[in-house]
Amino acid sequence: MSALTRADVAIVVTTDKVSDRLARRMSRNLRERVIESILFLAALVSVATTVAIVLVLLTESFLFFSKVSLWDFLTDTQWTPLFANPHYGILPLISGTFVSSFVALAVAIPLGTIIAIYLSEFAPHTVREVAKPCLEMLGGVPTIVYGYFALLFVTPLLQKFFPSLPGFNLLSAGLVMGIMIIPYISSVSEDAMRAVPMSLREGSYAMGATRFQTAIRVVTPAAFSGIAAAYILGISRAVGETMILAVAAGTQPNLTWDPTESAATITAYIVQVALGDLPHGSIAYQTIFAAGLALCLITLTFNVIGHLLRKRFRQIY
Amino acid sequence: MVSVVHRDQTRSAVAANTLVMKAESIGLNFHYGDFQALKSINMPLYEKKVTALIGPSGCGKSTYLRCFNRMHDLYPGNRYQGEIKLYPDDTNILHPAVDPIEVRMRISMVFQKPNPFPKSIYENVAYGLRVRGVKKRSVLDEKVEEALRSAALWDEVKHRLPDLATSLSGGQQQRMCIARALATDPEVLLFDEPTSALDPIATGSIEELISQLKARVTILIVTHNMQQAARVSDFTAYMYIGELLEFGLTDEIFVQPKNKRTEDYITGRMG
Amino acid sequence: MDETGIRAIRALIARRKRWDLMFAVIGVMSLMIGILTFVTLFVDMIIDGAPRLSWDFVTNFPSRKPEQAGILSAWVGSTLVMIVTAATAVPLGVATGVYLEEYAPSNWMTDLIEINVTNLAGIPSIIYGLLALGVFVYQFGFGQSVLSAGLTLGLLILPVVIVATREAIRSIPAAIREGAMALGASKWQTTADHILPYSTAGIMTGVIIGMARAIGETAPVITIGALTFIAFLPEAPIKSEPPYLSFDWLLSGFTVMPIQMFNWTSRPDVAFQHNAAAAGVILVAMTLAMNAIAIYIRYRLRKNIKW
Repeated sequence: MSALTRADVAIVVTTDKVSDRLARRMSRNLRERVIESILFLAALVSVATTVAIVLVLLTESFLFFSKVSLWDFLTDTQWTPLFANPHYGILPLISGTFVSSFVALAVAIPLGTIIAIYLSEFAPHTVREVAKPCLEMLGGVPTIVYGYFALLFVTPLLQKFFPSLPGFNLLSAGLVMGIMIIPYISSVSEDAMRAVPMSLREGSYAMGATRFQTAIRVVTPAAFSGIAAAYILGISRAVGETMILAVAAGTQPNLTWDPTESAATITAYIVQVALGDLPHGSIAYQTIFAAGLALCLITLTFNVIGHLLRKRFRQIY
Repeated sequence: MVSVVHRDQTRSAVAANTLVMKAESIGLNFHYGDFQALKSINMPLYEKKVTALIGPSGCGKSTYLRCFNRMHDLYPGNRYQGEIKLYPDDTNILHPAVDPIEVRMRISMVFQKPNPFPKSIYENVAYGLRVRGVKKRSVLDEKVEEALRSAALWDEVKHRLPDLATSLSGGQQQRMCIARALATDPEVLLFDEPTSALDPIATGSIEELISQLKARVTILIVTHNMQQAARVSDFTAYMYIGELLEFGLTDEIFVQPKNKRTEDYITGRMG
Repeated sequence: MDETGIRAIRALIARRKRWDLMFAVIGVMSLMIGILTFVTLFVDMIIDGAPRLSWDFVTNFPSRKPEQAGILSAWVGSTLVMIVTAATAVPLGVATGVYLEEYAPSNWMTDLIEINVTNLAGIPSIIYGLLALGVFVYQFGFGQSVLSAGLTLGLLILPVVIVATREAIRSIPAAIREGAMALGASKWQTTADHILPYSTAGIMTGVIIGMARAIGETAPVITIGALTFIAFLPEAPIKSEPPYLSFDWLLSGFTVMPIQMFNWTSRPDVAFQHNAAAAGVILVAMTLAMNAIAIYIRYRLRKNIKW
């Protein structure tokens, strides 16, 4: 048998020309890169959305603030942009938002936290498996339905006990909003508690602690950063809620700290104006963007506080 | 079959009241679901002595240890059979009518990996006392200091009691966990491989601590490190696949084991 | 320990365990408050609205007379808007999810994208309405139309779809990816042939949950200017003459189910409130059904059942 030369082997192995293979590989690379670019552009849409929101709010607010001074906006106690003698003070809207959110959180934070502790540390497995989907469904109900409930069920019910309660009031809306927010707080808090390692619980039980003592003294403090995140989430949700308030609390701006009165929130105001006819470019049109900007700044502040809280407490545990 | 080495010697010591039985497991079986992890263990635990449990991985030594403070109750599907009697009151620790919390108030545990609570050093050590309803600041201060001294940690932390316990080093955290367990004056102190997560220097300081502690509390320690068992304990129990193969004075087990399998393990031929 | 010591411990434990029991009771009661409220709401709405539920109700236009009013324009509008929403959110969301999981390098640009996604999830829905008003309705000139609404809601639920896609992709074992690549598949081939098909169930769960949310969203759609009283339907997408497919409906005025309910709820006439209840029943039933389907898919996923 004669020895095979290198040339023999090369001819056997290469059945097509090098240039063909190279061309195929280059086109595949090109296709890969095109696909990657498309995917990247899709991902940029989320950035573009944020940019667009910022731009829209800022440009229209800029137009607004060229006609209304910032000082008036922040200190005037009336918000009556559509009146013959218009006032542009944001305080009434902020007070409406504040009072309704306060009522909602006064309901949602205690109940949500207790439910989270109960489900995480006390409830038997079957109860947890049933309760979690139920709570999830609570959070999935359209808010207009909650608004209907607040106006046509809760308010009449409350009026039986407080006959002087007006048909539109912040209390009913706030209470129903609170119930709606419970699942947000309870599910994030519960996740945080379940993430606490079993070794900590064993350490507590080994010291002779009861289930309640372990849950309150060890697990809850250990899960604090997650629980704080849950509360911030609840606050953001409450501040940004629209329909429950538009339907049940009324759309008349009213500077008040009394939940039994009717008042408009920032969000309800925007809806009310949008329902009417809005000539594009009018100052009334611009007010909703200024109000929206105020809302965004409030939400942003809470998100930043939440982020800082989580960073600080994550270091500890 | 258990062979308690030199039973005559221990029996006469018991008669002379120099060796008192603090606890005893009698026919102890344990099941994780369908799996039987402990098979008919009969083993004494002598008061104010250090008893070490050694054996290859999976032999059931941690399982046995965790029966003493009913840790298995925390997880579903576990089943005890037999008794662990606590003396002098003859309480059966494993009896369903006996509250595990009561057992844990008398028997404390130190875990393999230090598990400080996310609280200050002071509050960690005081935890057991607070759980028992002790509120008076002066009493707490005194007991916390005493516990930290017994754990040889007082001098290192006396100026930083309000600091978070997680800011301590691994060895310090483990000593704090020991202080935490001691603060409530337990009758028995259980150690579950207390130094396996620590560096050699920290290990050394804890071994020394254990030798000192036996003067005030009965100690049962699980260790996978035979040299540690030889250094630290008065009695040793060798377990193998859920059974107690040999129990006796440490000096005798390590020098002249009666059971072939014990000898294989100790000389490193197996395990 | 001596007898008195043991007795003291037992008394202490008994006292402490009472707290255990009390808290368990409080926990259950708190759960009940949440769940019972929902049940009460739903039952009350059913009692009020059931009499009005009929075939006529579903096929009538809204009317000034409450007995003749129906939700035809509302549910047709909702359906059309949902088509646009899905057509927006699914491709963009899945593409973003795939990019972030499979392609994105670890640099500031990727961080920026991820921060944005998280951020968008927390923005109140009415702000999306303002965005749509300024950009889609006026800037792009789509007007107060189905297209504007669909795009807006698509952006609104985009974070939900992105997160669902990422989690579905993450749950695929690395071994499959490595196996495909070891056989010479390119990145896109691996993604298209393996990653995407296996994560379909997880992605679908997210999409369904997102759509369930979008169907009930009122605020952004009102802000765009969806009309609350329309007695006409947008142009049908399928026509009986060439070119057989029309897109006129995209730019048409419209209304959706939650807005119809809002409109009827706000009327002082009690008869209209019954209509609102009926609309609410249908709306909640749709939302619950979609959530239930999504939960069911997720349940089967968790149990690793083969389809």
